[in-house]
Amino acid sequence: MSERIKVIVDGKEVMLEKDANLLSELRKAGYDVPGLCYYEKVSHTGSCRLCVFRRKGSAKLETSCTVAVCENMDIELFTADIEEHRKNLLQLILASHKHDCMTCEKSGACELEALAYRYGLDLDSEIFPSIVDKTLKKDKSSPVLCYDPQKCIACYRCVKACDEIQEKHIIDMDGRSFHTVVSAGYNEWGGSDCDGCGECLQACPVGAITSKTAAGKGRHWELGSVITTCEYCGVGCQLKIYTKGDEIIKVEGVDAPANRGRLCVKGRFGHDYIRSPERITKPLIKENGAFREASWDEALDLAAKKFMDIKEKNGANALGGLASARCTNEENYIFQKFIRSVFGTNNVDHCARLCHASTVAGLAITFGSGAMTNTNTGFEDSDCIFIIGSNTTETHPVISTFVKNAVRKGAVLIVADPRRIDLARRAKVHLQQRNGSDVALVNGLMHIIYKENLHNKEFIEAHTEGFKEFAEVIEKYTPEKVSKLTGISEEKLYFAARAYAKAKNASIIFSMGITQHTTGVDNVMSLANLAMIAGQIGRHATGVNPLRGQNNVQGACDMGALPNVYSGYQKVVDAPVKEKFEKAWNAKMDDKVGLTVVEMMNAAGEGKLKGLYIMGENPMVSDPNLHHVEESLKKLELLVVQDIFLTETAKLAHIVLPVTATLEKDGTFTNTERRVQVIRKVLEPLDGTRNDWEIVADLAGRMGYKMGYGNVWDILKEINALTPIYGGMTPERVPSGLHWPCPNAEHPGTPFLHKDGNFSKGKGTFKPIEFKEPAELPDGKYPYTLSTGRILCHYHTGTMSRKVDALNAYVKEGYVEISASDAAKLGIQNGAKVKVASRRGEIIITAKITDRVVPGSVFIPFHFVETAANRLTNDALDPIAKIPEFKVAACNIEKV
Amino acid sequence: MNTSDKKARIVLENAGRIDPLSIKEYMNSGGYEALKKALSMQSSAVVDEVKRSGLRGRGGAGFPTGLKWSFTAPLQGQKYILCNADEGEPGTFKDRLVMEGDPHKLIEGMIIAGYAIGASEGFIYIRGEYYASIEKIEKAIAAAEAEGLLCEKVLGKEFAFKLSVRKGAGAYVCGEETALIESMEGKRGNPRVKPPFPGVSGLWGRPTVVNNVETLANIPYIIKNGADAFRKIGTEKSPGTKVFLLSGKVKEPKAIEAPMGTTLRQLIYDLGGGLAGGIKFKCALVGGAAGAFLGEDMLDVPMDYDNLLAKGAVLGSGVVMVLSEKEEVMPVLKNLMEFFVHESCGQCAPCRTGNKMILDLLGRIEAGKIAAEKGFEMILKAASTMKETSLCALGQSPILPISSALKYYSRELTIK
Ligand SMILES: Cc1cc2nc3c(=O)[nH]c(=O)nc-3n(C[C@H](O)[C@H](O)[C@H](O)COP(=O)(O)O)c2cc1C
Ligand code: SF4
Ligand code: SF4
Ligand code: SF4
Ligand code: SF4
Ligand code: FES
Repeated sequence: MSERIKVIVDGKEVMLEKDANLLSELRKAGYDVPGLCYYEKVSHTGSCRLCVFRRKGSAKLETSCTVAVCENMDIELFTADIEEHRKNLLQLILASHKHDCMTCEKSGACELEALAYRYGLDLDSEIFPSIVDKTLKKDKSSPVLCYDPQKCIACYRCVKACDEIQEKHIIDMDGRSFHTVVSAGYNEWGGSDCDGCGECLQACPVGAITSKTAAGKGRHWELGSVITTCEYCGVGCQLKIYTKGDEIIKVEGVDAPANRGRLCVKGRFGHDYIRSPERITKPLIKENGAFREASWDEALDLAAKKFMDIKEKNGANALGGLASARCTNEENYIFQKFIRSVFGTNNVDHCARLCHASTVAGLAITFGSGAMTNTNTGFEDSDCIFIIGSNTTETHPVISTFVKNAVRKGAVLIVADPRRIDLARRAKVHLQQRNGSDVALVNGLMHIIYKENLHNKEFIEAHTEGFKEFAEVIEKYTPEKVSKLTGISEEKLYFAARAYAKAKNASIIFSMGITQHTTGVDNVMSLANLAMIAGQIGRHATGVNPLRGQNNVQGACDMGALPNVYSGYQKVVDAPVKEKFEKAWNAKMDDKVGLTVVEMMNAAGEGKLKGLYIMGENPMVSDPNLHHVEESLKKLELLVVQDIFLTETAKLAHIVLPVTATLEKDGTFTNTERRVQVIRKVLEPLDGTRNDWEIVADLAGRMGYKMGYGNVWDILKEINALTPIYGGMTPERVPSGLHWPCPNAEHPGTPFLHKDGNFSKGKGTFKPIEFKEPAELPDGKYPYTLSTGRILCHYHTGTMSRKVDALNAYVKEGYVEISASDAAKLGIQNGAKVKVASRRGEIIITAKITDRVVPGSVFIPFHFVETAANRLTNDALDPIAKIPEFKVAACNIEKV
Repeated sequence: MNTSDKKARIVLENAGRIDPLSIKEYMNSGGYEALKKALSMQSSAVVDEVKRSGLRGRGGAGFPTGLKWSFTAPLQGQKYILCNADEGEPGTFKDRLVMEGDPHKLIEGMIIAGYAIGASEGFIYIRGEYYASIEKIEKAIAAAEAEGLLCEKVLGKEFAFKLSVRKGAGAYVCGEETALIESMEGKRGNPRVKPPFPGVSGLWGRPTVVNNVETLANIPYIIKNGADAFRKIGTEKSPGTKVFLLSGKVKEPKAIEAPMGTTLRQLIYDLGGGLAGGIKFKCALVGGAAGAFLGEDMLDVPMDYDNLLAKGAVLGSGVVMVLSEKEEVMPVLKNLMEFFVHESCGQCAPCRTGNKMILDLLGRIEAGKIAAEKGFEMILKAASTMKETSLCALGQSPILPISSALKYYSRELTIK
């Protein structure tokens, strides 16, 4: 614990924390010490000089933001002469600052304005005429930011925020003397690699960096604000959203444990879709191939009747439902309850199938619990981080900053990825494995660890089972063999294996590059083996960390929106579990595992599944082999879709129900690190829309099953009662952001799983795994390997992000990444249109020549419906998790 | 440039007398004997000897060199000795005279300093425009290497030392020791917040002693002849000599090495030959851009660190710029402020804004747009806050020339 010591401030004793920053401590103790350049999250600069103090007996002034609290401090802080200097300093700063407060975006939240008022600066008097350099021009080239050098007080906060927090180092100070300005290089902001995270904007104490999207929309004091959870990715950043009337004006990152105030461009600038004119506000019924508006009663009665008809005629298993990783825990819970109690089937799934089903299965088999073992910010304390199959910078932007912070502190980063992703630049080694050779790679690393006697014998002995059989398999994966299978040099394999095994605390991070394979479960289990063989699990800053994609994909899984489990991973095939739910829900449950997403599509195609209820999902872009999906959905007798937009999927529906958007409702999300966080209503729902859970409950009622919840918190209480891992996540406690498992109201939550090697399932299980080739390999007809994935500024099927101008300004449409040598071979220019074809379909798309992909491979982001990558992808499934192989397909490329 | 003769020559002893590139000639005139002697002593004894000599830093601040070394010497691990040869002060060229006239003296001083503080590596950071200095120092380093003076075992002793040259980034403020370090690390040359001082955390975060060329050029003499011999020259609290740089309206601008405590009158009239054309002396700006204007009443003040300080002036780098009766102070002041505006690194608010403010105000006063009295009141207000709050000495500087100019010439400055 930190020690508090006595410090004398202007003759009065106060207790401050030893070795802590003096300015920060003084402020905490209630001294309102002025200061414009100090920003707690970055190293000190000492540039504004306002925080000066004097040690008793010394003639010199020092800056309190640059010294630490130490013994025998007796200081003068607010003497008349020091205050006089502060006033003079402020006068000088103000003279060099264009103070057009009456039209400035920052007015009301500006730190300089506040100090000018506090010190009673007199702008009228002749004290210090303006020395603003009027020749300095604004930089408006960024899609989201505007920089006005005439307002810049050269405090370095933005520069350090970009460098030390976000680790991007896009901007720096340029020029000298009173020409000192922030510069993003000679290309200006817009031409730089700035990704619009807005950390600099949040750090700026004055109106020098302002948000373009907020310009002219409201003065700070006119704005209301609500703290909520980002509706985009699984990092779960906490946002403070400022609104005026029915409009979102600006967003700040909240200093919460999941994100420490950091955001990415989507969380900061990506919410405008919410008032898009494309939002639907009336239920729609399709008649003669066209939609007509309908009342809620008519639409819901029709849906209820038709679902009941199908059930009567074809049985409960002719029905199914897709829940949503975007909806709240409460909504997903209600939805699976509806499918199980009202439909009477376990045919419920959601898009987690398409991203992390193999994680859930693979980690459940090996560890007993299928989620990220450790925390977002914990990576910062790792000594070695092994990232495989995760382009973290783009898919989990804020988590990538914690990884980069760790590298800055000296951690060894190992990146395994076929593409030269951003993090590869920061890695000590980049293992550029051949697509789909992950098992071979990981077996190879474990071979070296084992042969070099670096395995953690105590851990293996005490906490695991199955090591002997497993060791026989890895014996075979010699570096020579693995080098051949993966294309990685032996030297790199040795380096990575040693670094990981020897590190004090090493973390594994993975994502869809591991899971979206026909060998997805094998891949995941291999990583579990790796963590166990080195004993790198069960402590802070270690573990096996699948980064979950969507805002609430973890929660949707936790809530039982899966065909094999109820909420909290309670198995549908377990008789006592079934009994418990039958009793609680007062309905008969099916004891057979239901169909997964892709299986439901197949069943629909075969005419076995006749009615499908989709809550907020868009399989028409997200699923593999889209051509097949479309055919299947068209065969359904009844497709009911509820969404905020008329998505590609909704267009195929018979009934469409308009719902409220995330920012219009209350509830909880569970982020990738198993932290349950609150979402709060930011804007009033659009007229005509209803909350997902209310629609589900209403429909249930019309089908003869009563769901009597007054609000979402009633649902959460039911979740608490029936879901042991959520037992203590009561409505009162969720605002503090606890990690599950949290079984009771006294439990503090569980930041990292499997503490001290005590696995959820008892002993961890080593699974011997042999390498298998992907389902489809390049051949003469389809000579290229296609991989798909996500990019930073768009999200999932683009229904939200592509309606945001700011995000479109970064990337508007899809593209295919291709290596320079392949492009040359095919005679393709950068920016030219090409045809990409696979056995399942073809698309016309723009070529982007880059060194991120190796020759022979191409990459297409999947967010863009016009160039839907999933027209090409293979729906071959992993045998256990039934996840499709999005990451490897054979394709051909032609100039058009 | 001429160098003047007077009995005491330490720093410029060989300059102009021996072939600077001949290590043999340097050795023949007693060169590298001090190094031999130093290496036969305990390193702490070398530090003590320098401490006893009373040598003070010639880079401007006059900090006792032995004391500075004694902070770094006991620290463990990699340490560095860094020679500050950035010499950006207008009118100063003393360091150049050493580097071009007697490079081995500096090298010998650095090796001894390295030994004394336990540094295995040294760098000489030379002003970028000093092509000849860079060339001569590099050649001299090569010669010293060939003689086994810079190697894993210097003169066969268990002491490894290597030395190399770094070229300056071309800004005055890069002569400030922490800005110099930043610049050496490849960053923008901004001064660092002190503490920590370089002696504890300097180049790449390691303990680093930064000394001026002239300071280091005194070391061989002190070690060879002993602290007592050195103390016989100069004054009690500022022993040794100083290289003064006489410029302005004098007969002939030149560098003059003379004992500390030499008066302005002796320097200008006895050693320097008086003003050009015999015109009457008005004042001299002593100590460089950060110095003070000294009038006739100060002609007999002994020039050393303490005596000048007692009169509210500074010795600085030893520049003495003479103004004759025919010149006005205002243009000189404006020139100075233009220099500061130009050279401010822009990192801290008082200096970034204050210099420009003062320059603008001077212009307004000159143009009659603002009453001089009022104008100077504002100028002093800005300058005093700059003095108290600036991050480095550059921003703390303008107050002295301004207030000293006002003291002597308020009539001239205000009545226009
Ligand atoms: C703006 C500024 C410029 C300086 N320029 C020089 C310089 O050119 N040469 C130098 O030796 N010291 C210069 N100094 C002083 C150095 O910071 C430092 O005090 C000196 O190198 C220490 O050496 P010494 O103890 O041997 O004098 C400068 C200081 C300031 C504030
Ligand atoms: S928006 Fe983010 S990346 Fe861009 S300059 Fe600011 S901090 Fe750096
Ligand atoms: S833009 Fe803002 S944060 Fe950056 S230096 Fe200028 S005033 Fe400071
Ligand atoms: S999209 Fe993800 S990383 Fe970006 S702000 Fe939202 S939660 Fe954070
Ligand atoms: S005083 Fe001037 S030169 Fe020194 S740090 Fe501040 S701005 Fe830079
Ligand atoms: S807050 Fe300390 S110098 Fe700016």
